[in-house]
Amino acid sequence: MLLMLLLLLTAGTGTGAGTGAGTGTGAPPLRGPALRSSPPVPASPSASPPLLLLPKPRAEYGAPGVASARSAAEEPAGGGGEEAGEQHHHHGGGFRVVQWEWSYVQTPYIIAIWLLVASVAKILFHFSQRFTTVVPESCMLILLGLVLGGIVLIANKKQLYQLEPALFFLFLLPTIVGDAGYFMPARLFFDNLGAILMYAVVGTLWNAFCTGFSLYAAKLVGVIDERVHADLLDFLLFGALVSAVDPVAVLAVFEEVHVNDTLFIIVFGESLVNDAVTVVLYKVYISFVEVGAENVQTVDYFKGVASFLIVSIGGTLVGLVFAVLLGFITRFTKKVRIIEPLFVFLLVYLAYLTAELFSLSAILSMTFCGIGANKYVEANISQKSRTTVKYTMKTLASIAETIIFIFLGISAVDKTKWAWDTGLVSCTLIFIFIFRAMGVIGQTWVLNRFRLVPLDKIDQVVMSYGGLRGAVAFALVVLLDGEQVRAKDYFVATTIVVVFFTVMFQGLTIKPLVKWLKVPRSTSRKPTINEEIHERAFDHILTAVEDIAGLQGYHHWRDKWEQFDKNYLSKLLLRKSVYRKSELWEAYQKINIRDAISVIDQGGNVLTSARLSLPSMTSRASFPEVTNVTNYLRENGSGVCLDLQVIDNVPGAKVEEDMETHHVLAENLYKPRRRYQSAYSRHFMPLGEKERQDREVFQRNMKSRMETFKSTRHKRHKKERSLKKRRGSDSKEDGNEKPRRNVSWQDKDPVVVPVESEEEKGEHSDPEKEKEEDEGITFVARKAETPKIRPKSVPAALEGCHSPPAAPYSPTSEDSHLPWKGGVGSPPPCVSVEATKIIPVDLQQAWNQSISSLESISSPPAPAEPVHPRVSALSRLGGPRPASYTPPGSLAGSTSSVGAQVAQGSFCFPEKKEEEEEEEEEEEEGALQEMRPLMSSLRPPGAMPPPPQPPPGSAPGSGKRRNPCVYLRSFVTAPPPPPPPPPPPPPGDSRSRGPTQL
Amino acid sequence: MGSSSSRLDRVPGAKDLMEETGFSETNILCLYDRFEVLDREERGYLRLEDFEAIQQLAVNPIGDRIIGAFVFPGRETLDFPSFVRVLAHFRPTDTTWSRSGSQPEPANSRTRKLRFAFSLYDQDGDGKISRAELTEMLQAMLGMQVTDEQLQSIVGRAIQEADLDRDGAISFDEFKKMAASGQTGLKSVSSIMYRTKQQQQQQQYICGEGGTEQVHLKHSCQTLMFIFC
Repeated sequence: MLLMLLLLLTAGTGTGAGTGAGTGTGAPPLRGPALRSSPPVPASPSASPPLLLLPKPRAEYGAPGVASARSAAEEPAGGGGEEAGEQHHHHGGGFRVVQWEWSYVQTPYIIAIWLLVASVAKILFHFSQRFTTVVPESCMLILLGLVLGGIVLIANKKQLYQLEPALFFLFLLPTIVGDAGYFMPARLFFDNLGAILMYAVVGTLWNAFCTGFSLYAAKLVGVIDERVHADLLDFLLFGALVSAVDPVAVLAVFEEVHVNDTLFIIVFGESLVNDAVTVVLYKVYISFVEVGAENVQTVDYFKGVASFLIVSIGGTLVGLVFAVLLGFITRFTKKVRIIEPLFVFLLVYLAYLTAELFSLSAILSMTFCGIGANKYVEANISQKSRTTVKYTMKTLASIAETIIFIFLGISAVDKTKWAWDTGLVSCTLIFIFIFRAMGVIGQTWVLNRFRLVPLDKIDQVVMSYGGLRGAVAFALVVLLDGEQVRAKDYFVATTIVVVFFTVMFQGLTIKPLVKWLKVPRSTSRKPTINEEIHERAFDHILTAVEDIAGLQGYHHWRDKWEQFDKNYLSKLLLRKSVYRKSELWEAYQKINIRDAISVIDQGGNVLTSARLSLPSMTSRASFPEVTNVTNYLRENGSGVCLDLQVIDNVPGAKVEEDMETHHVLAENLYKPRRRYQSAYSRHFMPLGEKERQDREVFQRNMKSRMETFKSTRHKRHKKERSLKKRRGSDSKEDGNEKPRRNVSWQDKDPVVVPVESEEEKGEHSDPEKEKEEDEGITFVARKAETPKIRPKSVPAALEGCHSPPAAPYSPTSEDSHLPWKGGVGSPPPCVSVEATKIIPVDLQQAWNQSISSLESISSPPAPAEPVHPRVSALSRLGGPRPASYTPPGSLAGSTSSVGAQVAQGSFCFPEKKEEEEEEEEEEEEGALQEMRPLMSSLRPPGAMPPPPQPPPGSAPGSGKRRNPCVYLRSFVTAPPPPPPPPPPPPPGDSRSRGPTQL
Repeated sequence: MGSSSSRLDRVPGAKDLMEETGFSETNILCLYDRFEVLDREERGYLRLEDFEAIQQLAVNPIGDRIIGAFVFPGRETLDFPSFVRVLAHFRPTDTTWSRSGSQPEPANSRTRKLRFAFSLYDQDGDGKISRAELTEMLQAMLGMQVTDEQLQSIVGRAIQEADLDRDGAISFDEFKKMAASGQTGLKSVSSIMYRTKQQQQQQQYICGEGGTEQVHLKHSCQTLMFIFC
């Protein structure tokens, strides 16, 4: 549907682009929805020439315009294609293999080309950093438009493309306003609402009337040429449409200037809100012009005033109704996360269209819909949807803005619409500038009597200077009826000049001006939790003081509103799970996520303790207190996960290098396997390739860790102990005999049978088994050191294993052969060691906790599954090989210990309320899952049941006896069957094969 | 306003107060009216109960702290000058006041405003916001919305952010620094305080007497603005 929206947009562009060939000649079959949904024939008479133009489209297209050049280029090719088709006809008859379907694809094709041109233009502008800092993008786009328009004009002698009002108002403007409204800083907006309303209503009225009357006066005096047939009403109309500050232009210019927030919100808010004034004035004047000035009665003026109230308030109300609707709908989208963003787009857009439908102020409607819904929608929808909404809105708005400016440029090159009058143009320019300045100064003077923070002179200068006119004025003037407003052509020309002057000249100079005047800039600053706390506290304080002083001021009413919002609105519009969450907590989470992202972005793999301290602060040498670490751990528990695994790796250069190598190797080898697992679902986001790979890696990781235990044990008893015995040690009750083990397993779970057979096969050839065993040891040689440290951190895991106490490990000969081994003396890249290294002693407790929680990762509900790239690298380092090479014995051992760990993990991890609130939990997990990609895209989502690993945590009580089977079964069944059965490797080969097999 | 100067005589020590706090004549009168409204039993001072009787304050999560800032712990009562002095913290900051002046910092200076806010956090008055104090404050503000665990992490994070000397508590300097860096957090809010007509009438009804005079005061409070920073 998003695509549909885009198509809507683009379809509009195409028709608007003036090709109009579809209606004229080609008569493309209306098959696609995009074609059907292209806007009706543009309302303005100016649109008709291009439409009537095309009895011979070929001639039109044989020109090097941009789009037309493209079509011209296609033309011969198309001819060739048809010829080929005919040849085929000769040969085969009936069926044409290649067909030329230009008329069918034309409209979307041209639109796409235009979008491409606009986007490429944007890229080109940003090639030169220095250039773009000086020249605003909007200027460049207009210039580009002028050039393109010139080319088309020279080639065609006719302007094919221009900014169509219908296209502009129905598609381009809403995308920009929707974006602006939805992401409007609501608090800032409402804090300055008084000033905004004042400037928007009073200021615009003042500008409109003064400009209109002054132009009329200039006409009477004779400055404006006689040829301009216009009377007072015409000038007032013109004044009304040319006086409104334009949101698109303001946004485009001010976003690059970065003035302080207050200044920006006042100018921008004004440009949005004045839409109501402009619309009403425009409509009133149009109707007056239609009936004739002499027929206007007094009552009509009152009607005009009433109309203003209705248009503005009605527009706002429509917007708010849609906002409530949107909030309400998103409350129930839990199951259909994938289309969540669509609701946002659709309802915001519908708010706009509905307002248009009732000829209310559409911009107001859309703005207030965005502002109103933002809070609830953002709370309701998932993190992914939030990102989608954000990026889609920004993309659409950006491209719409680009197209608007390009088409403004192109439209300006159309001679037929122009009628130049120097007097009118210069008068208008001067008047709008003077009256803008006067209006701003006068209103600011009034406002400053009430404002706590007065707007000083510099602000006023910027506000006056920032009164940019833009595409709205142009579209409105193009919409004028040339029959009734005879000076239309003059007005069009003047408007174009005004728009160009304000956007280009003022847009170009406002940056130096702001610098020169030392206007306080907005600084991008990271939000802090203190700020959130204090802001809330101060709000409460001020409210309380107002109450004590007996005033009913701003804070009083805001407090009232917040009470109302909390008691009724939020209850209605927010999900239950969200409603109970505190906003402060949300803010806290957001800050944490941001920190986590920045940690990772900074190359968090080599994370020193200094960097672990929050990036938003001045970096410190170490943790100030234990709570920080516990906080991080808690974040793990609550979904805001600073990746702990990131910390564990402070490898030496050599080790890292080796790991890189293996990383690359392993990645290359994993790829073909992944193919089997690919799945497609329209309704759910499939796991990313990375994620899937990571899950696999994760299992290997776990397995290899378990093997590590195994192998150390094995090494200790290397010579005398057989595989059977080790199995026996895993599960006491089973005893040491192989048959018994088999029986017990079969009893438990018959599904394991195929595994059994394979294992038995393996056991039949014992020497081969030994080989593999050795290989396993080889692979996990590095990991073999871990048990030495692990007892400290994971006593639970070891306990569960019933393993003999870990003996001091001595590097075997196999280890030293390994290329990635690194120096034996260098600390292995192991969680615990590094942790002990960087964390002060008093943090040991916390770290132990964290690590034990990390060890419990195999239980899916635990949100912190530390499959970080680094970890996976570790695992590859440790023992990454295809499942087929897993020695059955070690597999069994690993599974049992995994089971033990799982059991342990699900007990120790603070996830006990799980059963209490199923739904809540699910919700939470969904949220966690959504956050995870942010933290690190490589984290396997815990909420989705990992295919090869059914959640053992769900049945923690069943204990380790059962879990191994489950784990094993899934392990065997879920991944695709190993390519070959384990080939008996030649004895000498095993070591050298290790790395290559990776 | 000729009549107002005569009414100013009602207010004890009005002139001194004006000089000290910077409130205008009408402000003082307005506040005095309010004071009288709060002082229902006409004792000439306010007591804790008088504040607690304010309805809106009862729902304010940190209302009791604010009251505590007015009615100092040792003293049970609050007379009018003290009332005005406390409220003087909330006057907009004078831009004219220069730091070089030898006179004490006015109550509406930025530092004093922050000091006032700080004292609301710092309940035991040791010049530091301890972890427990911040927790308490947050608990009051957030109520049941968060679990203890969440509360603890927020507090931990906040202290970690602000605590520059790493003593585990937020001193006033650190508090000030956080407030200075957080522009939006302390973003000055434009607010136009005014009494609605309805409230005026309500007040007259409550006061019973002197109603006619107070009608003139209808707009007097418009210039009374409260702000932080």
